[in-house]
Formats: sequence, C-alpha cells, structure tokens
Amino acid sequence: MTFLRFLSGAAKLVLKGNKTYYAWCAFLLALIGAGIAAYVHQMQTGLIVTHMRDSVSWAYYIGNFTFLVGVAAAAIMLVIPAYIYHWQPIKELVILGELLAISACIMCLLFVTVDMGHPERFWHLIPFIGALNFPRALLAWDVLVLNLYLALNLTIVGYLLYSAFVDRPPNQSFVWPLVIFSIPFAVSIHTVTAFIYNGMVARPYWNASILAPKFLASAFCSGPAVLLILLQVLRRTTRLKIQDAAIWKIAELMAYAMAVNLFLTGAEIYKEFYSASEHMVYTKYYFVGIGDHQAIVPFAWMSLIFDFVAFLLFLIPQARKNVLLLNVGCVLIYAGVYIEKGIGLLIPGFTPDTLGEIYEYIPSSTEILVSAGIFSAGFLIYTIMLKVAVPVMLGEFKLSQLSREQ
Amino acid sequence: MHTTTWYKVARLFAPAAALAAWNFLAPAFAAEENTQPPAPPSVDAKQPGEYPVPPPPFSKGIFPCTECHNKDMPANRTRRKLEAAHDDIQLHHDEEHRWCLDCHDADNRDVLRSASGEPIKFAESYKLCGQCHGDKYRDWKVGVHGKRSGEWNGRKTYLLCVNCHDPHSPKYKSIAPMPPPVRPENIR
Amino acid sequence: MKDSQTPIVKLNEKPDPAPRGQLTRRQFLALSAAGAVSVFLAGCSKSAREAFFQGRFRELTGKDIDKVIARLEKEYSEKCGQAVTVSASRAAEGVLFGYGLDLSRCIGCRRCVYACVEENNLSRDPQIQWIRVLRMNKERGVDVMESDAYYNPAKVPEPEAFYMPTACQQCRHPPCVKACPAKATWQEPDGIVVIDYDWCIGCRCCMAACPYGARHFNWGPPSVPKDHINPHMHYFGNRPRPRGVVEKCTFCIQRVREPNGHYPACVEACPVGARKFGNLLDEQSEIRYILREKRVFIFKEELNTQPKFYYFYAT
Repeated sequence: MTFLRFLSGAAKLVLKGNKTYYAWCAFLLALIGAGIAAYVHQMQTGLIVTHMRDSVSWAYYIGNFTFLVGVAAAAIMLVIPAYIYHWQPIKELVILGELLAISACIMCLLFVTVDMGHPERFWHLIPFIGALNFPRALLAWDVLVLNLYLALNLTIVGYLLYSAFVDRPPNQSFVWPLVIFSIPFAVSIHTVTAFIYNGMVARPYWNASILAPKFLASAFCSGPAVLLILLQVLRRTTRLKIQDAAIWKIAELMAYAMAVNLFLTGAEIYKEFYSASEHMVYTKYYFVGIGDHQAIVPFAWMSLIFDFVAFLLFLIPQARKNVLLLNVGCVLIYAGVYIEKGIGLLIPGFTPDTLGEIYEYIPSSTEILVSAGIFSAGFLIYTIMLKVAVPVMLGEFKLSQLSREQ
Repeated sequence: MHTTTWYKVARLFAPAAALAAWNFLAPAFAAEENTQPPAPPSVDAKQPGEYPVPPPPFSKGIFPCTECHNKDMPANRTRRKLEAAHDDIQLHHDEEHRWCLDCHDADNRDVLRSASGEPIKFAESYKLCGQCHGDKYRDWKVGVHGKRSGEWNGRKTYLLCVNCHDPHSPKYKSIAPMPPPVRPENIR
Repeated sequence: MKDSQTPIVKLNEKPDPAPRGQLTRRQFLALSAAGAVSVFLAGCSKSAREAFFQGRFRELTGKDIDKVIARLEKEYSEKCGQAVTVSASRAAEGVLFGYGLDLSRCIGCRRCVYACVEENNLSRDPQIQWIRVLRMNKERGVDVMESDAYYNPAKVPEPEAFYMPTACQQCRHPPCVKACPAKATWQEPDGIVVIDYDWCIGCRCCMAACPYGARHFNWGPPSVPKDHINPHMHYFGNRPRPRGVVEKCTFCIQRVREPNGHYPACVEACPVGARKFGNLLDEQSEIRYILREKRVFIFKEELNTQPKFYYFYAT
C-alpha cells in the first residue's frame, strides 16, 4: 500500500548518507546510549541519584523542559510570515520550523517522563481512563495542549509531505484550519507552561504577572536560533534553495522579540530592587547572591550580556547580514535564553525555599547524561525527519519515481 | 465548502468542549469540609473542681510530713533560711516576698494553705498555684496549658502543675535538644 | 516510461485498502502495542499487576477496598516481619480537625519531630521528617528568611530565640490539591489533606506549590528499622510508602480516626504542652477555646490558603 511504500522509501533515505551524516548519527546514538544507561541507573536506584532534594524539587530536567517548550512554540515565527503574510522566502521553509516543533515536543515529553517518580503511572493522566485534574491543575492543561500541539504538527507536516510524495496538491480546506489553529496553539502551549509556575502562590519569584509574557518573548527570540544555523547547513549540504532574505527576516524578528524580552527583564529587575520587599531575595540571589551563596551569579550576568549582545547583532542589519556575526548571535542568544529559562527560572524560584533554607543545586552526572541523551534523541529525530523531508521538498522523493524505479 | 470544513473541525472539538464544561460544573475537588457540629462526645463526666490528675510526685519518704512535723516539733514561724533540714530546697519563687509557710500550712504540714488560710490538699495543689497564676489556671482547666495526652474525643489526662514545675523553682528547665535534620547536601 | 501497473491517483482519493492477508498499518501498530504491554505485565508478579491496575482509592467501594487492604496487609506483614493492620477508616461526621501551636511555650527540643518519625514510619535513610522546627530571633519575629532549622546548642531554649515548628497546615484552600495533575491528593471531609500513595505519579508539582515546605519526596527507597515499625497503619497515613511518591503530615490519621480518637503523636510527645489539637466544630474543644481567647495568627496568611493550623501565644 502506498503508505508502506512511503515508509520503506523513507527508511532507505534515512539509512543512506555521506560520511558526515554517519558520523553525526553515530555521535548522537552514542550519547543516546549513554543517556539510556544513566536513566536505567536512575530507574533502579531512584531519583536520589539526581541532586534534586525537597528544597529544590524541580531542576535540570524541568528547566530543559521549559526551555524546549519555548523552542516548540517558536515555530510560530515561521508560520505567521508563511501562512498569514504569504511571504514566499519563508513559505517554502515553514515545514522545517514545524519539524523543529515536533522534535522539541518529543524532547519535552521525554524530559517530563524522566523527571517523574513513577513514569509507569503515566496512564493516571489520561482523561477518562485515569483521573486528569482538568481544569484545575495547570499541569493537566499542559499534558493536553502539548500532546495536541504535537499531534497537530505531525498531522500538518505528515499530510503536506505525503501529498507531495504522491504528487497531488494538498487539500487546502484541510490544511489551512489546522495551520491557523496552530498559531494560537503555539502561544497557548507556552502560556500554559508559564501559568504552571505563575499560579504558585508559594513561590513569589514566579507569582508575577510578567512571567507569561516573558516566557513568550524569550521563546520567540531563542527558538529559531537553531533553525538559522540549520538553514545555513542545509544550504551547503543539500540542493534546497534558501534565500538570504528568509534568514535575515527571521533574525530581524528575533531581534524584536529579544527587545521585548530585555524590556520585561528590566521591568522585573526594577520592581524587585526598587520596591525592595522581602520577595526581592530571590532576584537578589540570582544577580547578587546571598552571603556566601553566589553559585549562579556568574550565569545571571552571562545570560544578560549574551542577550544584549545578540540583540544588537540581530538588530543592526549590517551585523545580521554578516555570516560570522549572525552565527555568533545565534549561539549567544541560544545560550543566553537557555540560562534564563533553566538556571534563571528554576533555581531562584526555589532558593531560598519556602522555609528560608538555601540549598545550592548543581546537576549530577546522571542528570547531565540523561539530558544529553534526550537532546541527542531530539536532534536525531530532527535529522531523520529532515533526511526524508528535504528530498520531498526538492521533489526528489516521489511515489511516481519509486514506481518508475521498479 | 468552508462552512463544511469549519463544521467538521468544530465537531472534532465538541467532545473536548463538553469535557471541559463537565469538569467546570462537576463538584470541586477542594475542601468539602464538614460544617455541622457533632453530637456531644462521650467524655468522662467530671464534677466541677475534679480533675483526673496523677498523685503528687513526692520524693521518697517525704510524705506524710506529720511523721516529723507533729506536736513534738512546734512550728517556728520566723522567716529564715532553713539549715537544720530541707536545706536542699532553693527557693526561687518570689522569695523576696514569701517563704515556706506562706504556702505550707504551719499547723498541718500534710496540707497546703490558701491565701485566706484554707487548707488545700497536695493532690489538688493546682488550686494553690491558681491563686496567683489565674490565667494559667484557667487555661489548664480547659487543657490549653501544659502537657496533655489521651483522646481528643474521649478521656484526656491532666497533670498537676508540679509534675512539670518544681514548686520551689518553677521555671521550666532547659533541656538538650534532639539532633537537627540532615542537610539536603548530605542526603545520598 | 510510465508503468501501466501504476494506479492513477485521483484528487482526494482514499489510498488503496490493504490486500487480504496483509496487515494494515493500524492493525500492525495495535498488535505491537498489545504485545509490548503483555510482555511487560507477564514479567510482573500478580500483586504488582494488581497494584498497577488499582484505581484511585477515592473511587473504590466496598469489596474493592477490602481486597486492596487485604493485599496491603499481607504484603506489609511479610515485609515487616510482624502482623500489620491497615485501616481504611473514613472521616467521621461532624468532625473538622484543627491544630494549635503555642509559640510562647515551644522550647525547640524536637521531641515532636522524632515522635512523628516513630509513629509514622518515616524513612531514616534517606531521612524524612514531616515536622521542621525553625529557630527565630525574638527581635525579628516570625521571619523565615532569618530562620535556622539546623540549630544545635547544648540546651534549649536559647535566650534570644523562639521556636516555630512547621508541618502541613491542612489548608482549607490547599494549593497542592489544586496543582496535582492526577488528583492523587485531596481534602477529606474531616479536613485532613491526604495523598493516595498508589496513585501519585511523583511529578512533585504539589511540592513546588506548597508554601510551607510541608511535602516531602521519597527520592530513594525509604528504610525503617524493623524493630521500630509501627504496625498500626492507615491507608492514607503511616503505611510504608514506595519510592518516588510524595508524603506529608496527616495529623496522624491512623490515631485520630479511631473511635474515640487519640491525639497525634506530636501532641502527646511535647513535654511543655505547646501543641493543642481538637475538633473545630466542637465548641468545648481546646482548639475552639484557643480561637476564642488567644491571639492567633496564621503562617503566611496573605497567601489565603486558610490553614487549620493556628499559631498563638498563650501568654
């Protein structure tokens, strides 16, 4: 049947490549193997092999999860120019953004799974079969919207690619509503994730209205960074025609998103340090430290500097059109927001804890290995999807060609 | 055609909308507290002034006092520091204004005396303390002052004041604390 | 050259159905999933299988509850080497538990902490303690940022300090119950917030949501010395918890729900009588007296969690 032929053709595409491709896949598989071994160790002994404790009960895993939800939401930066404004340079690339969203969503689900004390009880979260606490629990909302967003993107991408494979124009009245729906959905997945933190009255650092807008701004300015680097790679390694205008436009949009992000960060810093209530202690721990506890202060300032430099590099047209500066900007913005959403969000939220104790958390080797494994899995999935998607986009992988070959 | 598609899309999401609505209307999973007062609990009926306290914690052999303090030993009502006997008692209880025979009955050492001279049994010594420490006495009668164990809905134990407070030096003595918790860094 | 065997694909045409004898994609996926689940379940013991499929305790009734209790009693009796009873007693009518803590009396001796550890079979290693005593400075008042839980002087109380024990405040608007995505924790009619240890997925959202640091996670497998096990257990209380679930103070649910109801272990252990417990709906109870006569305050009142745990100063 046609779909099986699509799958077998895709499998052939995935398994054939040049030396760089094999080396890349081998590297990723090695890291995935290490991650799996570390996770097995964690499953056998318990989460005590991480350095999370009662004071800091969410840390590296959930920090990565939060960052990746932002990356998944950032597909919107391509979808809006492509489908609302019909801007051709991005329209031909929008699938790459949606594929990124799929990989990011899968990584999110993996991070949440490795963080759970009883992952085999995940079925307790399935509506009707388990007991999903919808609508009161924000985490329940997140379970629903993340899976729906993943399903949505898989449907859109799968349908578009498969239509191109069988060489028939996609049914617009099927695709269009899904794509349009994915725009508020992308906003909603990150808003729901922000609301999980925002709603907690126990954590004044998170219980600020600015959190949800800040999440969105930082997501939109960091998610496409991977994409920008990838587009340049694809331009070299495949026959895909990627216009400079597309890359520069994405970089420009990221600059505006970063402007909003920096403004909101500034607003946060003003409120905490000017009002100087007791709740200032968390922001103080992040930027200044408390007494001898200074572990994350360097990261705080690094993140701010990276953000600001990347903002300038993307804002100034001459800078973003320079290949070196563009890529430096991508790395800086990714690193800056990664620190902001990970260390900068989770740790000060828990330090000092609700009873005033300071426990300085550093990820354990198990956490690092498992996280590296999950990131590698995400990259591998993205690589495999691209290995099929790019030939389809170029018209090189078609049903009619397969039949002709037979 | 678009209406058909939108109708199809809307139909897809109708069950989800119904689920959300049902959850909003379903009983909240927050507190469903009891609000009606209970039937009166079955506690031991106690007469006014009668509290189920343990016997007074006398040191060995000290009671009855009248074994020594009888007609062969007339009372010496001179306020002084005791040297011949009971010199182990250091009085740190308003000693500037009072001394032994303000609480101990000079004529019958087997009882205590109230401010008006009425005898108070050792087994009911709380009545003596309660004269000056009225607020603690009121709290103690209800069970709010002092250690208590038993059944919150049944029989409750009372302790005499002197079970915890040395009547001659009543300030509660400091004790060694039990060990602090293990720091999270040290939990492996 | 066009292959005459190629079907002409029409617009919006459905793909060909699979020829008879071959699996459709859907059938293949369903079979694989079923196969994987069967292998997983076949590898488990019967009691592990029953535990896996056990529904949420709150939704079980009658015979199902009896079955669960019987299985747990058997399991725990074997594990602990002595006869163990697991109660599933429900909340009584007309009872709403309240707790009073006299800050003018607490001397910070921590006897309540260790009484709780013994009564509730808390893990010794890794150490879990449901009660945490904070030493505060008399001049600063109740200020958690200046508090210290690790004080260890030779004698307590220290002159310039006062002590504030904290544990679950059994809030009327519990943020933890709101946050739990699996409905594994809820408030019982007698006011105790309970956790179904067999339903909890270990996501720790409730721990992030609790303003009082009252919830504790079993990061590793809990261990209790066999000769220190308290064999009188309750399903929601002091039965052995598995690794990877959250636990917290339950007002000694196994004690207070007995017919006449004993005080929680901490109330009985306190040598100075700083802890008071009773039924908020009973006007004659100690806790109602405290609310009437004493100056009571709520810990972190501005968060509107409305705890049933009242701090007061008797003098």
